[in-house]
Amino acid sequence: MTRLSSYSESERTHLLRLPCPEFKSTPYVQAPSLVKLKVAVISTAGLHLKDDRPFGFGESDYRLIPSATPASDLVMSHISTNFDRTGFQMDLNMVFPLDRLNELAREGFIGGVADFHYSFMGATEPQQMEQAARNLAGIMKKDGVNSVILVPV
Amino acid sequence: MGGLAHYIEDEGIATTQISLIREHTEIIKPPRALWVSFELGRPLGVPNNPEFQISVLKHALQLFAVRSGPVLEDFPHDAPDSGSAPAQVACPVNFSHRPAATSLVGQLTEQFTAEMDQMHSWYDIARKKKNRTTGVSGLSLSNVVRLLTGFIEEEIRTSLIEDPALPDKLRMSCEDIKAYYFEAVSAQPGQPTDSRSLADWFWGETSAALVINRIREICLEDTSGKLALHGKLLLVPRSQMHRFTG
Repeated sequence: MTRLSSYSESERTHLLRLPCPEFKSTPYVQAPSLVKLKVAVISTAGLHLKDDRPFGFGESDYRLIPSATPASDLVMSHISTNFDRTGFQMDLNMVFPLDRLNELAREGFIGGVADFHYSFMGATEPQQMEQAARNLAGIMKKDGVNSVILVPV
Repeated sequence: MGGLAHYIEDEGIATTQISLIREHTEIIKPPRALWVSFELGRPLGVPNNPEFQISVLKHALQLFAVRSGPVLEDFPHDAPDSGSAPAQVACPVNFSHRPAATSLVGQLTEQFTAEMDQMHSWYDIARKKKNRTTGVSGLSLSNVVRLLTGFIEEEIRTSLIEDPALPDKLRMSCEDIKAYYFEAVSAQPGQPTDSRSLADWFWGETSAALVINRIREICLEDTSGKLALHGKLLLVPRSQMHRFTG
């Protein structure tokens, strides 16, 4: 488990020293009921299609992942070596739970799943991703997406 | 992650998220977050366990029903494979000939390529079974091996270093080698699936790890500024560095 107390002291210190943005307030949109949600996934695992551009150091843009993308077409070029990749190698749903979301839609727990999903590369400072994230929100709204689940790595 | 939630919610789309480090989420205060006690890299908890993954997702999605925020809730379960001591990877491939960390380049390369050959059948089985491989460099495996073993040989490195894409190629090629080993060993029956057992095996027992570490050491000595970051941060995990630095 990743309670910080379970890490070595050096690792714990490193994680606690990572810069985190602070915000004066938190925006809060009233979400539709679960059965009316059309959900998109945003991952920060540095995922992308095999033939798309790999992520590089400091990259603030995102990559597009169509909903029908088979697991065999997705790779991860996140620059950090300090997190486990074996889970991703065994099961894409460990970091990009699209199969699970589709199952929840089929059982009626949520209304539906978006046609497109997205990945950033989480080693970049969030402030540098602001413009791309705001632009992406506009695109998702035009696509009828009314909710997003963000999945870290 | 929480910063992205702020920006997207501010544009009018409701967000929920999984949080892996509660202390960070407490500072960033995204609109809705479900903290999970899983390790970095495993935000859904455990591989090939749809029931558990669905449970995580349902908890995160149910935060949309909360009418005011920010809200930070704790997922009530640890990952099913957490808490147990690391298991031994019982690899039928013989790694007992791993050379010393200080061994000559030629000997290291020889052992590394022999290991790769021994693992190949398992890698093929894994690729057929999963219908995927997670190599990311875009290079063939033989070219990955050629690049990495060439880089640790001074004479060949001199020509490689001219390539402006070398830093990214090196980083991704090292990831490809790790993916090759992990995918291969995961095809063998009865192997542990927890990350610590697998990482301890790779970094503690394989010649591939020694090659990557040798690359790290060379990068650290680079004076051009192109490779120093790789040496410091991008090739060997902090949690495994003790094996090479004492």
